[in-house]
Amino acid sequence: MKSGIPYLFAAYAVTWIIHSAYLGTIVSRYSQLKREIEQLKKPGGRS
Amino acid sequence: MKRAFPILGVLTALLLIYALYQALVVAPTEQTMGDVQRIFYYHVPSAWTAFLLFFVNFAASLLYLIKRKPAADIVALVSAEVGVVFCTVVLITGPIWARPVWGIWWTWDMRLTSTLVLWLIYVSYLFLRRFSSSGETPVLAAALAVLGALCVPFVYFSIWFFRTQHPQPVMGGGGSIDPRMLHVLLINWLAFSCFAFLVCWSRYRLEKLQRDVDQAHALASLLDPRGGVR
Repeated sequence: MKSGIPYLFAAYAVTWIIHSAYLGTIVSRYSQLKREIEQLKKPGGRS
Repeated sequence: MKRAFPILGVLTALLLIYALYQALVVAPTEQTMGDVQRIFYYHVPSAWTAFLLFFVNFAASLLYLIKRKPAADIVALVSAEVGVVFCTVVLITGPIWARPVWGIWWTWDMRLTSTLVLWLIYVSYLFLRRFSSSGETPVLAAALAVLGALCVPFVYFSIWFFRTQHPQPVMGGGGSIDPRMLHVLLINWLAFSCFAFLVCWSRYRLEKLQRDVDQAHALASLLDPRGGVR
């Protein structure tokens, strides 16, 4: 069998791309939520 | 609790690096497939972690149906979401491994097809949670999750019941594995399980915060003299 290194690299890279993308969505939602909280804390503030 | 998260995060990152080193350097090279077999150390632990998370989703959904505790509903949502992420990894790394070994990216055999169906069930669950605005959504989603969980043992044992191209399961199957490979596999599973736990934890906190903010918005609307109900 030919070297499977490119496939191995692709599988490992794809795994971490998927996990990083998901973590990215969590971080972005958290930042958005923090902005909303700041807005709510302002006197009479409501988004 | 706030201090524990970064410490656990660093420990998990170190464990993941160690597990990667074990998978790429320490694990022996498989004689027939060569280095491409090392995909096994990401593919199988991801599948086990997805199954574990779907089991947590099942238990939390059942608890929610019985006790109606909001925390159980959040745990169910979070475990399904992270489980889908791990199941996506399984469905993508599998074909990447199959191509050089079987000569094809995909075949409609029972293990592969049932895994795809399982993924679709949990994606439907997440769609239901995301797009339904009915007050009964958590109950409907919990019922779907309890039924969806029945698919998990079917996927795992499908290779016993049907003639399939997929190898036998490492645990509880007829296949045998080199003890050194098993050791590396278990290290990777531990690392991915810790990682999944931390991701679930942060997602749980986010969801709880989101619900608190939604409640605050609702309250602010009620108290708003410009247009809300007083």
